[in-house]
Amino acid sequence: MSKTNVAALDIPYPTMIKTCHPIFLFVIMGALIAVVGFYQSWSIALAILQLCLISSIMALGVNIQWGYAGLFNAGIMGFAALGGLAAVLVSVPPVKEAWAAGGVNIVLAAVSGLATIGAVLFVRARIERPFRILAITPIIIIGFLVVRWFFDPAVEAIEGYNAAHYGFLGGAGLPIMFSWILGGAFAAGAAWLVGKTVLRLRSDYLAIATLGISEIVIAVLKNEDWLARGVKNVTGLPRPVPYEVNLQKVQWFLDLTANLGADAVSASSIFVKICYIFLFLLVLAALMWLANTALASPWGRMMRAIRDNRDAAEAMGKDVTSRHLQVFILGSVVVGIAGAMLTTLEGQFTPGSYQPLRFTFLIWVMVIVGGSGNNWGAVLGGFIIWFIWIEAEPVSLWLMGFATSSLDTDSPIRNHLIESAPHFRLFLMGAILLLVLRFRPRGLIPEE
Amino acid sequence: MEDVLNALILMTNFVLVPGMAYGAQLALGALGITLIFSILRFANFAHGDLMAFGTMITILLTWWLQGAGFSIAPLPTALLALPFGIIAAVTFSLVIDRSIYRFYRQQGAAPVVFVMVSLGVMFTLNAIVRFVVGTEDRRFIDGERFIISAGEFKSITGLAEGLAFRQSQALTVITAIILVVALFWFLQKTRTGKAMRAYSDNEDLALLSGINPERIVMITWIIAASLATIAGVLYGLDKSFKPFTYFQLLLPMFAAAIVGGIGQPVGAIAGGFLIAFSEVTVTYAYKRFLGHLLPESLAPGNLVQLLSTDYKFAVSFVILVLVLLVRPTGIFRGRVL
Repeated sequence: MSKTNVAALDIPYPTMIKTCHPIFLFVIMGALIAVVGFYQSWSIALAILQLCLISSIMALGVNIQWGYAGLFNAGIMGFAALGGLAAVLVSVPPVKEAWAAGGVNIVLAAVSGLATIGAVLFVRARIERPFRILAITPIIIIGFLVVRWFFDPAVEAIEGYNAAHYGFLGGAGLPIMFSWILGGAFAAGAAWLVGKTVLRLRSDYLAIATLGISEIVIAVLKNEDWLARGVKNVTGLPRPVPYEVNLQKVQWFLDLTANLGADAVSASSIFVKICYIFLFLLVLAALMWLANTALASPWGRMMRAIRDNRDAAEAMGKDVTSRHLQVFILGSVVVGIAGAMLTTLEGQFTPGSYQPLRFTFLIWVMVIVGGSGNNWGAVLGGFIIWFIWIEAEPVSLWLMGFATSSLDTDSPIRNHLIESAPHFRLFLMGAILLLVLRFRPRGLIPEE
Repeated sequence: MEDVLNALILMTNFVLVPGMAYGAQLALGALGITLIFSILRFANFAHGDLMAFGTMITILLTWWLQGAGFSIAPLPTALLALPFGIIAAVTFSLVIDRSIYRFYRQQGAAPVVFVMVSLGVMFTLNAIVRFVVGTEDRRFIDGERFIISAGEFKSITGLAEGLAFRQSQALTVITAIILVVALFWFLQKTRTGKAMRAYSDNEDLALLSGINPERIVMITWIIAASLATIAGVLYGLDKSFKPFTYFQLLLPMFAAAIVGGIGQPVGAIAGGFLIAFSEVTVTYAYKRFLGHLLPESLAPGNLVQLLSTDYKFAVSFVILVLVLLVRPTGIFRGRVL
């Protein structure tokens, strides 16, 4: 008996809810952002739009894994964080003194680590089962000791160099946009490793395993200070777009704002945001084109065939395991790119801010709400859910203020309610996910 | 001789006792996960938050009781509030099951749909808990703290190392033993327990022999929610209560259930202790331990720590991944995943 993954989402649901045209849904979404622009501020509206775009790229990556192939990856946070790491390693100038202090030892530690893995694989392939463990155990123990022999003094030396400002190896000092490629590559490497080990698990156990692996990634990023300063954070990453302060000194920009009758300070901040949005839109458009082309190609048909009936596809001679690995890597690459973009936008890398609710499960809500199996659906989901995630806070604060307006200003109940209002968005996400799963399991824009 | 004794006491104090207590807490949580898996056939992602919910109700009542001057000293007041926390968690679980999960059962949805639904429940519960008690660390222990404190132990035995045994640790271990015995008696000897095992083994055959599935599901939720609340309160007494920590406990609990063998109650217990002890032993600094055993000239200069304490959670997952690779059914031959 093999229950297929996504076909099971195909629960018959009340047909009264007719499918709206996708374009109509996107227009509504645009209108909502415009409402924020008019009523709150354009700066907030554009900030929301920036993150909507990044979220929808992440959702697109998840949709490639889940919608195309039915793989339940709950490790999105880890891949996004690897993208963030790439942003640091690409853009920060190298810390020469730290390299001089511990670079050699770090390289030796890496080499001996790889040599240990190589030796284990070599022995594993050549020694039969009962004696294998006897041969491998000492190799692992010796390898571990050798790695620590080089690694410990290296870490001490690197983290000891001007810990308040550096204490890490730094990066390559290249333009940060390259990290969008490297972030994808990091994610691909990690996805290959993860996929090789855990992809054969049943869907919900794949989810647990990937969730755990993403926690390990975050634990490493938080604690390996020599790599990217850990929880001390790397701030002030270089930008791919102009700085506001510099813009305000450039003549053509001052002329432009003067012609538009706008204030140069706020105009420069909006201009920078629009630059980012333009870059993100380019990436999203390119990825969407690739994803849709792939889905419509024979490859896409094969993926869906595997998803809907794995056994039949296998019987037809399709190599299910390696197709799954392939699609797992492709989806993770997209998430890694989005992770690098997010760190680029924020201009800082803060490993402590990666939390599974925000970086894994929220993205899942986006995909389910938008429509699994449909790339436009995933993108729409990214927009809607991010919008709600951000706007839930002011709205719930306003609601709480309204509901408690009859109470005294220093009444403890009123203060507690207003203080707790931000948690309302978690509740809203749960409710939305449950309602969509119940009444519209195929999402807002269902698979064609 | 005294050095060896000192070394043993040191290990007992910092590895054995904390590991036992943490292992018992994980085992109780993992038992709930494994029961839900074997009866409802999905991995419940909301289990950590269910734990937090039951604990939260217990804490609120404990505060109220403390405020009203009730006390069962030397035992913590929380034990008095615990039954109400259990009732709240059970009621919540049953309401959620009736209003949400049952629909998908009737549809015959795939396990992965249940997992998605449990994600929705997880978000909701998380919000409720944070909404009511906030996100800060809460301590609610009172009563006698130590059964024997390090200082007392030193003065009684005259050894250099002390052995502290906290009341919360003793409570945890005793409660866990009683609950596990009761649960196994229930599963092996009673009619309902046998029906549960039959249903877990083969759903269709169980239905044919007249077992009412809704009743089985209800009892499963009652047991799982009670165990979760008890585990949560014990963990909170032993350490402290923080919603995010409880959400994170989901990971080692899952690891314990899978490592032991999914669907195997014995496995969940073994897995709980295995995970707890590996977390403690791998991150413990053996400097003082070796200092007692080795002659002074050989005494280690550094901490002799395999991995830094920050990797506690990672350890359980490395074990999980290793078990999945080497023996996917877990130690006690649970279901093949």
